[in-house]
Amino acid sequence: MATSQNSALLPSQAKFELKPPPYPLNALEPHMSQATLEYHWGKHHKTYVENLNKQIVGTELQGLSLEDIVVVSYNKGDVLPSFNNAAQAWNHEFFWESMKPGGGGKPSGELLDLIEKDFGSFDQFVEEFKSAAATQFGSGWAWLAYKASEKDKKLEVIKSVNAVNPLVSDYFPLLTIDVWEHAYYLDFQNRRPDYISTFMEKLVSWEAVSARLEKAKVQAAK
Amino acid sequence: MAFRSLALATRKTLTLGLNSTRLTQSRALQTFSLPDLPYDYGALEPAISGEIMQLHHQKHHQTYITNYNKALEQLHEAIQKGDSSTVAKLQSAIKFNGGGHINHSIFWQNLAPIREGGGEPPKGSLGWVIDTNFGSLESLIQKINAEGAALQGSGWVWLGLDKELKKLVIETTANQDPLVTKGPHLVPLLGIDVWEHAYYLQYKNVRPDYLKNIWKVINWKYASGVYEKESA
Repeated sequence: MATSQNSALLPSQAKFELKPPPYPLNALEPHMSQATLEYHWGKHHKTYVENLNKQIVGTELQGLSLEDIVVVSYNKGDVLPSFNNAAQAWNHEFFWESMKPGGGGKPSGELLDLIEKDFGSFDQFVEEFKSAAATQFGSGWAWLAYKASEKDKKLEVIKSVNAVNPLVSDYFPLLTIDVWEHAYYLDFQNRRPDYISTFMEKLVSWEAVSARLEKAKVQAAK
Repeated sequence: MAFRSLALATRKTLTLGLNSTRLTQSRALQTFSLPDLPYDYGALEPAISGEIMQLHHQKHHQTYITNYNKALEQLHEAIQKGDSSTVAKLQSAIKFNGGGHINHSIFWQNLAPIREGGGEPPKGSLGWVIDTNFGSLESLIQKINAEGAALQGSGWVWLGLDKELKKLVIETTANQDPLVTKGPHLVPLLGIDVWEHAYYLQYKNVRPDYLKNIWKVINWKYASGVYEKESA
């Protein structure tokens, strides 16, 4: 994922920009409404980016990549003030890129092989992912993530609270769904399970997930 | 010696007695149902829309109750079977859904239509202790709103009475944690739900506007009543 940062600027001038989703705001209709995108991207995500920029001005965080700011401000759980805004800015960019118009269906190739190896079947993965998303109490996210260690390389479903994401635990995130109520309330109200099903069936961009897996494997090999 | 045997025999009888009482009690599990709102869904407009009130009450609160009852039934069964692992596993579902039921039941009473006293400042001892501790009602409201706006994610902001220290406190809790999880001597007088479902359809991302407007329908009579009873 490209960091929306102008690297031609000096570190003291560096600031993050609100990158638009890779499709028009109405392109996910009827599964995710234009109104949702307008508020979710245009207000919530925008506010995280703006507040992050204000917070990092004149600090040693300015000039770092967004991912680095997330990990540094997580500070092993004793979070610094910029963590919330940095992580939410990162999470939301990752979220828009996890979806596409005409999404859904099944992955193929190596990604599918790995899913079948680690979850038994694609359907079992879907059940586990949907369950994690549905049982994250309150606000948070559900993830498919890749963990590479000396012994093993595997996929895991993870759920996280509020702004936390798998970067802070040394995982490579591959896919996410936002389960903060603002992500689905205009379209689904209290019906989070319906939102999750719609996301899986109509919105997931398996191309994006596969591309992320490729990058993760390259990085893990280093 | 004789005394000790007598004591042991008595204890055994008592235990047997307790066992049979427990057996009888264990058949009765109290479950919960959705309390009626003391006002119509639209009665709090324009501070809180009728659409939000209906969803909040009929869907969100009802779901907490349904899942709380389910968790209690599972807990009941696990206790009877002596299945400690399931008992432990159910704790988070009970805290979440039971807390949701507790908190929302208080919340409906914290609100009232304007024509029934919603928004009227507290009189009596609560009004006096607010002025003494916070300077003024406005100052209290400002502090509560600041805490409510700053809460990350989902949760509640509370005005509570610390029964032990005999003072008012402002606290926040995450998710559906009841106020008592912040201190065993804390009694909730007033809670404001700052989960997004409490305001999103009307106020969208602007939680501070919701917090500003809700005071027009806050039912200080209820809070005063609880305060007077608990500080007696």
